Amino acid sequence: MMQPKNSLLDLSAIRARLENARGEEYWRSLDEVAQTAEFQAFVDNEFTPGTSEWKNPLGRRDLLKLLGASIAFAGLTACTKQPPEKIVPYVRAPEDMIPGKPMYFATAMTLGGYAAGVLVESHMGRPTKIEGNPEHPASLGATDAFAQASILTLYDPDRSQVVLRNGLISNWAAFLAEVGLLREGLLAKEGAGMRILTETVTSPTLAQQLKDLLAEFPEARWHQYEPAARDSAVGGAKLAFGEPVNTIHRIGQADVILSLDADFLASGPGSVRYAREFAARRREGGDRMNRLYIVEAAPSSTGSIADHRLPLRASDVEPFAWAVAAALGVAVPAPGSPAPSGWVEAVAADLKKHAGSSLVIAGDQQPVAVHALAHAINAALGNAGKTVVYTEPVEAAPVEQGESMRQLAEDMRAGRVETLVIIGGNPVYNAPADCEFRQGLLKVKRRIRLGLYDDETSGLCHWHLAETHYLEGWGDARAFDGTVTIQQPLIAPLYGGKSAHEVLAVLSGKGELAGHDIIKEYWRGRLGEAGFEKTWKTALHDGLIAGTAVAPKNVSVRKDFAAALPAPKGQEGMELCLRPDPTIWDGRFANNGWLQELPKPLTKLTWDNTVLISPATAERLGVANGQVLELRRAGRTVRGAAWILPGHAENSATVHLGYGRTRGGKIAEGPGFSAYPLRTSDAPWGGGGLAVSKTGATYKLACTQDHHSMEGRDLVREATVDEYRKDPHFAQHVVHGPVKELSLYKEFKYEGHSWGMAVDLNACTGCNACVVACQAENNIPVVGKTEVARGREMQWIRIDRYFKGGLDDPEVCHQPMMCHHCDHAPCEVVCPTGATNHSSEGLNQMVYNRCVGTRYCSNNCPYKVRRFNFFLYSDWDTKSLEPMRNPDVTVRSRGVMEKCTYCVQRINSARIESEKEGRRIRDGEVVTACQAVCPTQAIVFGDMNDPNSRVAKLKKDPLNYGILDELNTKPRTTYLARLRNPNPELKKG
Amino acid sequence: MEAEQRQDPGAAAVAATRAGEVPVIGPGHTYASVTGKISEIVLTTKTPRGWIIGFAISFLLTMMLLFTIASLLVKGVGLWGINIPVGWGFDIINFVWWIGIGHAGTLISAILLLLRQEWRTSINRFAEAMTLFAVACAGLYPLMHMGRPWLGYWLLPYPNTMGTWPQPRSPLVWDVFAVSTYATVSLLFWFVGLIPDLATLRDRTKSRPLRVVYGMLSMGWRGSAIHWQRYETAYLLLAGLATPLVVSVHTVVSFDFAIGIIPGWHTTVFPPYFVAGAIFAGFAMVLTLAIPLRKFYRLEDFITMRHIDNMGKILLATGLIVGYGYLMETFMAWYSGSQYEQYMISNRMNGPYQGYYWALIFCNILTPQLLWFSRFRRNLLALWLISLVVGVGMWLERFVIIVVSLHRDFLPSSWGMYHGTKYDWSMYIGTIGFFLALMFLFIRVLPMISIFEMRTLVPEPDGKAKH
Amino acid sequence: MERRRLYGVIAQFESPGDLLAAAQRAYAEGYRKMDAYTPMPIHGLAEAIGFRRNYLPLLVLIGGLFGCGAAYLMLWSIETIIYPLNVGGKPFNSWPAFIPITFETTVLFAALAAVFGMLALNGLPMPYHPVFNVPSFALASNDRFFLCIEAKDPKFDYEATRKFLESQHSREVSDVEL
Repeated sequence: MMQPKNSLLDLSAIRARLENARGEEYWRSLDEVAQTAEFQAFVDNEFTPGTSEWKNPLGRRDLLKLLGASIAFAGLTACTKQPPEKIVPYVRAPEDMIPGKPMYFATAMTLGGYAAGVLVESHMGRPTKIEGNPEHPASLGATDAFAQASILTLYDPDRSQVVLRNGLISNWAAFLAEVGLLREGLLAKEGAGMRILTETVTSPTLAQQLKDLLAEFPEARWHQYEPAARDSAVGGAKLAFGEPVNTIHRIGQADVILSLDADFLASGPGSVRYAREFAARRREGGDRMNRLYIVEAAPSSTGSIADHRLPLRASDVEPFAWAVAAALGVAVPAPGSPAPSGWVEAVAADLKKHAGSSLVIAGDQQPVAVHALAHAINAALGNAGKTVVYTEPVEAAPVEQGESMRQLAEDMRAGRVETLVIIGGNPVYNAPADCEFRQGLLKVKRRIRLGLYDDETSGLCHWHLAETHYLEGWGDARAFDGTVTIQQPLIAPLYGGKSAHEVLAVLSGKGELAGHDIIKEYWRGRLGEAGFEKTWKTALHDGLIAGTAVAPKNVSVRKDFAAALPAPKGQEGMELCLRPDPTIWDGRFANNGWLQELPKPLTKLTWDNTVLISPATAERLGVANGQVLELRRAGRTVRGAAWILPGHAENSATVHLGYGRTRGGKIAEGPGFSAYPLRTSDAPWGGGGLAVSKTGATYKLACTQDHHSMEGRDLVREATVDEYRKDPHFAQHVVHGPVKELSLYKEFKYEGHSWGMAVDLNACTGCNACVVACQAENNIPVVGKTEVARGREMQWIRIDRYFKGGLDDPEVCHQPMMCHHCDHAPCEVVCPTGATNHSSEGLNQMVYNRCVGTRYCSNNCPYKVRRFNFFLYSDWDTKSLEPMRNPDVTVRSRGVMEKCTYCVQRINSARIESEKEGRRIRDGEVVTACQAVCPTQAIVFGDMNDPNSRVAKLKKDPLNYGILDELNTKPRTTYLARLRNPNPELKKG
Repeated sequence: MEAEQRQDPGAAAVAATRAGEVPVIGPGHTYASVTGKISEIVLTTKTPRGWIIGFAISFLLTMMLLFTIASLLVKGVGLWGINIPVGWGFDIINFVWWIGIGHAGTLISAILLLLRQEWRTSINRFAEAMTLFAVACAGLYPLMHMGRPWLGYWLLPYPNTMGTWPQPRSPLVWDVFAVSTYATVSLLFWFVGLIPDLATLRDRTKSRPLRVVYGMLSMGWRGSAIHWQRYETAYLLLAGLATPLVVSVHTVVSFDFAIGIIPGWHTTVFPPYFVAGAIFAGFAMVLTLAIPLRKFYRLEDFITMRHIDNMGKILLATGLIVGYGYLMETFMAWYSGSQYEQYMISNRMNGPYQGYYWALIFCNILTPQLLWFSRFRRNLLALWLISLVVGVGMWLERFVIIVVSLHRDFLPSSWGMYHGTKYDWSMYIGTIGFFLALMFLFIRVLPMISIFEMRTLVPEPDGKAKH
Repeated sequence: MERRRLYGVIAQFESPGDLLAAAQRAYAEGYRKMDAYTPMPIHGLAEAIGFRRNYLPLLVLIGGLFGCGAAYLMLWSIETIIYPLNVGGKPFNSWPAFIPITFETTVLFAALAAVFGMLALNGLPMPYHPVFNVPSFALASNDRFFLCIEAKDPKFDYEATRKFLESQHSREVSDVEL
């Protein structure tokens, strides 16, 4: 049935493979030992006549099993797929695996090209959990929600698993052959008509490979495009300094921060670090406490923690910036400010008062002018070099990607493009509408695509190559400050994918190189032969190459920059405001169930994007939640459900990108609507002239929190810094609880350890990282939109979001809510089987296999933090998900109650360690998943019996209070009241 | 047969004097006529068409119940509308509703017996049967409402290899004991009451197989004076035991809520007002069944207007107690000064479920006020309609207590809504069908009125001695 | 021989009054081994034929006490000895929480004692009894009242006893065959 194309066998590769083969490998044929795709195909075909209709999920699963079978047949003995090369464990523990004991490896995940260092927990060669890398500047030990969820993408059964040629299963060798011919053609005409489209590139190796390729084909062009690229940052810097520079904020140094529509605590490069620094200053309270002003259209996580938030239409932020700049003596004309009178003056005065320790940050979605003005203001305030630092660009080629894409599209439509290689991205889905990328693409003779999913773009390409996940392939990337991390794979490609490096090697005629060799060789050249092996090993171990941060750079704002600024164009009528989605970003995470089911920080909606409008605007339009609106802008229309968001700017509609996917996975296809049709290259983040009309249709949305008011209950307690100075114990004086000592019977004593948790409401930005971390750590299932809509979501932590004050400009509070492990637990008393009871260390523990599912405990829980398996929610069938699960945590079955356990499995592993060394568990040795991931360190867990533990100290803090204390439930999870630091000059706040 | 020739003219008068204005048994009855009339309903060979139709319908509904239970076992309780925060819905609502209905039987048999209310005689038998069947329906719910019903036996205390036991602080375990005890005692009470009548059937039936069956069931009862003596002692003691039992059962059921800390549950008034509510609902159901039965089987002589009237009065009295309960709930919520309690009440009255609350007030408080007037107490149709309204009202009461309290408790962030799904309804209607099916079978094969107790109401014929 | 095959002589009455009178007279005559059969309980009848002691209440008391003790003992031992658990910070021996179960079990055992005690003392079930041989005895569960003087009675004399019974306004007197 198969004709081995031995001509195509890469013998050198086979030799290489046989050399670094560990142990004996028996092999039957050259194809087999070379692991050529023919061999795979052979095994597939031999055992599955049916794999041709691979589109239906079942078929795909079969294929998976058979891939497994094929490996077994190929004589590989390992049941887990360790990469053949040597990767270096992070921990000092012996490098050979101890069964049941996880190992940690350092690598980095990139988003928008920028790296965030992570440590990956690996059980017997199976990566199961992402943690932050404490030594990495962009992580400091924490991560964002995306990194937490990336583990699910790795095991996603919908990921593309084969090489496709015109939609039919082909193989790598066939592609190699094609490229061979292709190169002959290209060499002839110096690569004319050849284009490469990538996303933002910070990888030095990839940059080098592209450079070499372009050197070989001088006529070829390299384009970059991704929807959430930071074009304005690049453009703004060019405008202000005449050259592209990278901007790094020193949030920790800033006393007063003005954010011009910048969600810098929750998204964008370095946001995790920024959040940490911000919270650190916040926590200090008193005089050291920083103050944050923000002007933005749709409330963001950053906006929710700001001391002063001014809802302004995105297009009004620029005039506001002009006004502030003028007020601070920057030589610019001052137009009328859209802010209420006194605002600009007060902010400007405050900034001036803290000249040198203040900071103005411009949002990535704001036009270049705002960035230029921000630079100018910072310069005028003398912040440059103190709270804001400029460096060489981190991106390999900082271009304005919208423009780059526009050119490519133009050339394609003009037929100037013969060969297009698309590395990652998904332009067919997310290119600006006016580029008409699809039409252009169809004019291209040869379209080659490397992608994680067989998505919209792959559907239109001749060749689709399965890409490796970042945990599967070698690579390198730079962080927001330029620090380089070598990405080492945790597992061999599950679906035999290829990395961008490997594909580029092929394109540049180097044949089939292993990603590892490409990266290593590049850095050998870069770092020099001397002691390289050692450096390399250290780099892999630490998860970064020391001293690769880009150097600071002295730049000064051009005198005449103001002249070059495009005049702010006022906007009439409604304004459209496009933003990357807080949970699925630009759509790349659309097939990730954890992120889809993650409630959006402000709206608490899951599985959908909506048209966000302010209450007043909703009244004017006569719209209610869930009513379908038709949005028309620049002659293009989309339809989406309305959602009323208090605090949104008037006459403005915010729509998140990334939904409405039509291809690329069972989960991705379906939910929400795509806003990309409204995206034009001249207004990538929306603009004026939006026409909104009602369609009369309604759409069911799944929201996890229907009620937004606190009903005057003292759940989130807060005060201004001044009130705090007057009465530090205000939080405890709000409610008169029962006298703790009064009891009819004697209390249980908790000798030994007594676990407890403190959550700092002053630091929580509602970023959701803890929710996903908990989901990953504790094998929490995804239930789907309909079940969420019925109030059956399963996340063990939920982040309660309350609005305070007026509808139009409310204050927002976040309150992480998980099991409080009450000492007088109401749930325990009513359990008929004793399936939930108290441990000797104070844990409220669930005995799953004793639970009969009466739900009485949940009814009687005043915090409603228990979750019930109404159906069999855990996926017991999908093979590819099995290795992902945390082996230390039960996978729950139908009819069982579950809830936060304080990560008891982590407590126990720490206990084992401590008992081996015959000592108490040290403070900080047990770190719950939510605590570990929290960028602002808002969650602290520990032993309350140890007077020196952080948690014990926090419990003594005057701000510490327990909610519903008056019920005498004696919760072990308590909260630190929130402080606000308003500017006395401004009435509100 | 031959007894019929000896009609006693004085009988009616005697009965009347004994029973006050309206007699508890129609005029002109003798031992034989009572025996004959009641046993005939069972022993007749021709089944009434009405019975066949009624049974067929209720049997189909029973099949629907079985289907629902099967799907619940296969798919899970997620088929219902329950969620977090509303973890209990129709399941526990209907459980409490049925248990409540089940209270009238024992109450009539036991408490009225102790109070020497002889008018109870003609209604206690099927009231007891009603109790049994209602408890059977009620029992289905706690079992099926579990996430893993096949492990229901874990609530029973038995030594096992896991060394685990039920957790006796949980009101659900109390329920298990209370309800199973109640079911057992009610069954014994009912059966003991049946023994002499089974003997009567044994002696009167013309078919041999039936004689064998009734013979076995009657255990060779021959009416010996000494047996009667012990029999009456036992019956009296059972009544004495069943009286506190019947009170305790609904008290325990009310603990399911009173023990909880949820506003709207955590209330000390619950035990008495649940018991009153149970009697209220129970008598309503007795009327709902008695009035048509009386008509269909022409039992006007045995279930006289006096019975009807008395039951109407009891309905009124218990209705007023229940009303007092509602009043106290509201008062305490205000008096407690707890913002959660106060919100709970205002949420009942003005919240998303206010319709249920006001309907409940209409059904349970306003409607029964009609019973102040004997005009309504003695109008069969009116009384029957009122009893139906009360039945609905008591269901609404449980809905308000369970769902409306749960859906908005302490943290507004966790608030939600609850709606019954088609599986909720099919289970509810299914149990009603099951209940009726059992009821139909009962009136067909067993005397629905206690024959021997009716005999005691017959005026004594003057024997030869007087001549 | 027919004498030995005789269980007793039985008289049938039409009203409870006649029966009661006859029973009292028979007792006065010195008859002791006799029994009356009626379709419903008749007050004073049992005493009339010399029934004195009724042990049933005692049995019920014992049953109740047993249930009470057993239940509390079980709960107490489960929660303090067999498998003590910290449940919501409540003491192991949460006696108030044990009361409902203890109460229910008390009632249960008392009731069982009442019913099965009654049956046992009455010697039921008893499928066969000689009086069933009397054809008209079927009316004992309908509207007739019977008094049976047994052959075992020392004062029993077939002729005399028969005469005595006939003299008691009985409707008919018949032999009860063994």
